Amino acid sequence: MAPRAGLLSILTEPLIRQNPVTLQILGICSALAVTTSVATALTMSAALTAVLVMSAALISLIRRHIPDSIRLIVQIVIVASLVIVIDQLLQAYLFEISQRLSVFVSLITTNCLVLGRTESFSRHNPPLRSMVDALGSGIGYSLVLTVIGSIRELFGAGSLLGWQVLPTVDQGGWYTPLNLMLLAPSAFFLLGGLVWAIRTVLPEQSEASEFLSPDEPEDRA
Amino acid sequence: MTALGSLFLQAAFVENMPLTFFLGLCTFIALSRKTGPALGLGIAMIAVMGVTVPLNHLIYNALLAPGAWRWAGLPEIDLSYLKLIAFIGVIAATVQLLEMVLDRFFPAIYASFGVFLPLLTVQCAILGGSLFMVDRNYDLAESAVFGLGAGFGFAVAVVMLGAIRARLAYADLPNGLRGLGITFILAGMMSLGFSSFAQMVTS
Repeated sequence: MAPRAGLLSILTEPLIRQNPVTLQILGICSALAVTTSVATALTMSAALTAVLVMSAALISLIRRHIPDSIRLIVQIVIVASLVIVIDQLLQAYLFEISQRLSVFVSLITTNCLVLGRTESFSRHNPPLRSMVDALGSGIGYSLVLTVIGSIRELFGAGSLLGWQVLPTVDQGGWYTPLNLMLLAPSAFFLLGGLVWAIRTVLPEQSEASEFLSPDEPEDRA
Repeated sequence: MTALGSLFLQAAFVENMPLTFFLGLCTFIALSRKTGPALGLGIAMIAVMGVTVPLNHLIYNALLAPGAWRWAGLPEIDLSYLKLIAFIGVIAATVQLLEMVLDRFFPAIYASFGVFLPLLTVQCAILGGSLFMVDRNYDLAESAVFGLGAGFGFAVAVVMLGAIRARLAYADLPNGLRGLGITFILAGMMSLGFSSFAQMVTS
């Protein structure tokens, strides 16, 4: 990214082109676990985006006062405090969903995406730019979660956001739910497929061959 | 004893951290290109989880749990909302200590996986292990076994994935699938395989 990129491009860049999940491998830890339904995926996205934006603002405000040697601890403590606030809010107002998210809200603390953005961007940029960058990354993360969440809920339970779209056999309809979609492996397959799809459309993202056979020269790649 | 044994198996295989709970995927994917680094990461995970989960158990029950301050005449104090910060602090300190001890006494081991140790501070699987321990009310022995088991399960999974990815040197993949894409699909297949362990432990 150019050092003086405009605010708009900072916001839109991470949506697909620099998507934090599919390109930078950040924050997938929680991205896959909460996508069995759209409602949990959306709640998680909102929580993560809120934490991301607020931590970016705070860290960017005090960026000149954090000694370099202890910055990781400072960042983690700020993020953890924000996560505690969000967790308490969710428990107060959205108790049922917060039960379904269980420990994953708390795990936003160690989400590589949050620390990755604060470490690589907020530390060197003024608050407004950092917040816009954080918002962009948050939306990019939310997009991936929503897409995977929709596919898993639609094919796994025949519904979207709790509305029955495909009438299932149990309810007298025709659709037999694919139970695999609600299990762990399908999340991996879907994310793998999503990465593949994005990289087919944007071929510049595909990785160079990682492995060289031992008897070929190194520079062939 | 059998209860602890089955808890170990359950933590290692049935509830495998990366493959069924998606915890610690960032390092799981990033460091599994070859078996060597994967093995180093796995051993570091076993060590750190085996230490931090029981340590966090002690701290949580002595200071943070509801009613923990009863001995001081303050039975209504409930500090459990502070557990995140406390756990993160303990994990960061443990990782730092482990790094210093290894550097001082076992320089060879330190050199072999020194780079991965600092990364473990922000590993979701380690924090997740401590949070699960609180959620499920394990006692001290159980949390030690749970920590070791979860670390062992992570090590097994990451070494296996590393071995499979190293084999991909000879595979001709479509361009878009190379690297990250195929790794997710491999992890999905491993997760499918690990789900067959589900019947192994009846609890």
